[in-house]
Amino acid sequence: MQRTLRVTSYIAIALVIFFVVMAFLVNLTPLGENTWLRVFFSVSALNFTLRASVPLILGALCGILCERTGIINIGIEGMMLAGAFAAFVAKTSTNHWPLMPSLLFGVAIALLVGGLMGLLHAIFSIRYRMDQIISGTVLIILAGGVSAYLFDRNAVAQGKFGAIAIPGLSQIPVLGEVLFTNPPLTYTALILVVVIHIGLFYTRWGLRSRACGEHPRAADTVGVNVNRFRYMNTVLGGMLAGLAGGFLVLEAVGQFQEGMTAGRGFISLAAMIFGNWMPFGAMGAALLFGYTQALQNELLLAGVTTVPRQFVSMIPYVVTIVAVSGFVGRVRPPAAEGKVYETEGESE
Amino acid sequence: MRLSILRRIGYMVLIPILAVFSALLLGAIVMWIFGDDPLAAYRGLWTGAFGSPRAWSTTIRKMTPLILTGLSVAVAFKAGLFNIGASGQFLIGSVCSVAVGVNFEGLPAFVHLPLALLAGVAGGVLWGFIPGALKVFTGAHEVIVTIMLNYVASLFAAWTVYAGGTQGQTPGPLWDRTAGAISRTPEVFMSARLPWIVPEPYRIHWGVAIALLVALIMWWILFKTTLGFSTRTVGANSKAARYAGINVRWITILTMMIAGGLAGLAGAIETLGLNHRFAPEFTGGVGFQGITVALLGQTNPIGVVLAAFLLGALEAGAARMQFDSGVAADIIQVIQALVLAFVAAPLIIRQIYRIRKPSDQVETTVFSTGWGR
Repeated sequence: MQRTLRVTSYIAIALVIFFVVMAFLVNLTPLGENTWLRVFFSVSALNFTLRASVPLILGALCGILCERTGIINIGIEGMMLAGAFAAFVAKTSTNHWPLMPSLLFGVAIALLVGGLMGLLHAIFSIRYRMDQIISGTVLIILAGGVSAYLFDRNAVAQGKFGAIAIPGLSQIPVLGEVLFTNPPLTYTALILVVVIHIGLFYTRWGLRSRACGEHPRAADTVGVNVNRFRYMNTVLGGMLAGLAGGFLVLEAVGQFQEGMTAGRGFISLAAMIFGNWMPFGAMGAALLFGYTQALQNELLLAGVTTVPRQFVSMIPYVVTIVAVSGFVGRVRPPAAEGKVYETEGESE
Repeated sequence: MRLSILRRIGYMVLIPILAVFSALLLGAIVMWIFGDDPLAAYRGLWTGAFGSPRAWSTTIRKMTPLILTGLSVAVAFKAGLFNIGASGQFLIGSVCSVAVGVNFEGLPAFVHLPLALLAGVAGGVLWGFIPGALKVFTGAHEVIVTIMLNYVASLFAAWTVYAGGTQGQTPGPLWDRTAGAISRTPEVFMSARLPWIVPEPYRIHWGVAIALLVALIMWWILFKTTLGFSTRTVGANSKAARYAGINVRWITILTMMIAGGLAGLAGAIETLGLNHRFAPEFTGGVGFQGITVALLGQTNPIGVVLAAFLLGALEAGAARMQFDSGVAADIIQVIQALVLAFVAAPLIIRQIYRIRKPSDQVETTVFSTGWGR
């Protein structure tokens, strides 16, 4: 287990170095005249990768928070869609405000609605012992239905988050453009990866959360309120998924479309599994999936291939299937996942 | 003994009925909160579903694919598998049946039609086999694989009818050459169409009879054959099934293939009976609704038929409801989600209506046992 982990991280580091070197070469030297190399390594491809990865990173973090305490969450897709719709409604109803407060209000409402979706999932699966996979499905259908029912197709959200260049760092060639000239929610997502990693593995909250997911009986015995932790983390996770939806509306697209999450919630789940329920692993997987989406985009833009676009668009989904089938045997989910916890002697 | 069986059946019927009732009630509250008139909406819904012979025929037409996708999800449930992939299997089934239907001109109908239907089933079987085999051999969870395959299926289906791109992309193999820039297939030959039972304007085709027959067959397989027994045992407790000498891996793959085949048949029937062609705007939405149908029908084939009738009526009435009352037809999706929530958590219903559970345990679906093997 440890060995495979170490090998995986070496491969990841090698890949990152390869990409940085290639990015420098392609964007600063005459190598950039090769169309194929530009498709793979241009600044726009790398920028697109990061942008496509942000919702996946946030969704995967949502999954990690829920599943580390023992709640399976396939409803990320629904939570994301609800967050996106909430952000859109909040933004359009405050269009007359100055841009920044209005956008921040959108973020706050996305967090709130995402958290409420998390609460609903927790109530269904803990209080009413609904099968957690079905509860997730309910969230997905509910979010799709409610957002379509309430969607005002004439409403237009005005403005979205712009890029903030970090002074100094953004001057670095290539890297500065890719990493340090981004809109605020992108930075937030990257910071959250670090925060949640530290939270899960170096704080009392994290230890207790993980105990609830691995051995709830033992956690209960030493006085941890298992179900309270599950409620709390599912709500927190829901907020992250809501933020991912907010990102789509307030930072990436600028508008809402029905079903705009387009499977990102499910790909987040795959990223979570692929990343072995670890924040940095999930981020790596999310970047990989984001890169496949960027490739799809660049291939179509560059016009270098006559392969019908439908096949190019399949890449992210096929990569997800391959990743999930190749790695599930080698990663280990939290032991008590998906099981209702009842304190001793309690039953219906 | 006799009495307890009766009470059990009563319980199994009572929960779905109360679930539907509660969902309609809650849906009405939602409409009222957002300034719509729930009474007008439900009146329109009723008229659209049952108000006239025409309405009845729409309900029956909408019910037909739902029976089969509902069975698809229900059969997988019985083996402890969650088939969210019915919509992808439905699309592949549609495309495969069209591929046969627009070729082989001049075949007699009694060969061409069964061949086209079989092609649809075969496509669905393949699309179910992939997640089944991946689950057995690599441990990949069928939920993620089937969802991803849904996207792949819809892109693949869109490609087969693709009119070609501006950068020299070749058109798809099934594209209708007479359609110009429109992406769609030609109409299938008359010899590959399911005949009408009741012709225009009612447009009820023989697909509904096939669906009902298949439901009966599935009931028989599940409850009267060794295969069905094995399937249910695997679903109830796969470890016990293995100790009893049942080949759990084979049953898992086979069940996913059957589930895929059922959804594929739904696609074939919908195409050969009703649409007569395939175009990208035909989505596999009925595949997703199959989940609600399966759970509302308590994963029993007979229950699935009743549930499909109910959901078909909701779908049939939606357009009329929007026309009559101005309430957006999307509210139907909200109501369906609520139905699903209430049937999946009988505890909510039991608490609201203060119903006692029958003393002998009624089997409940539990299959979220994590992502590993």
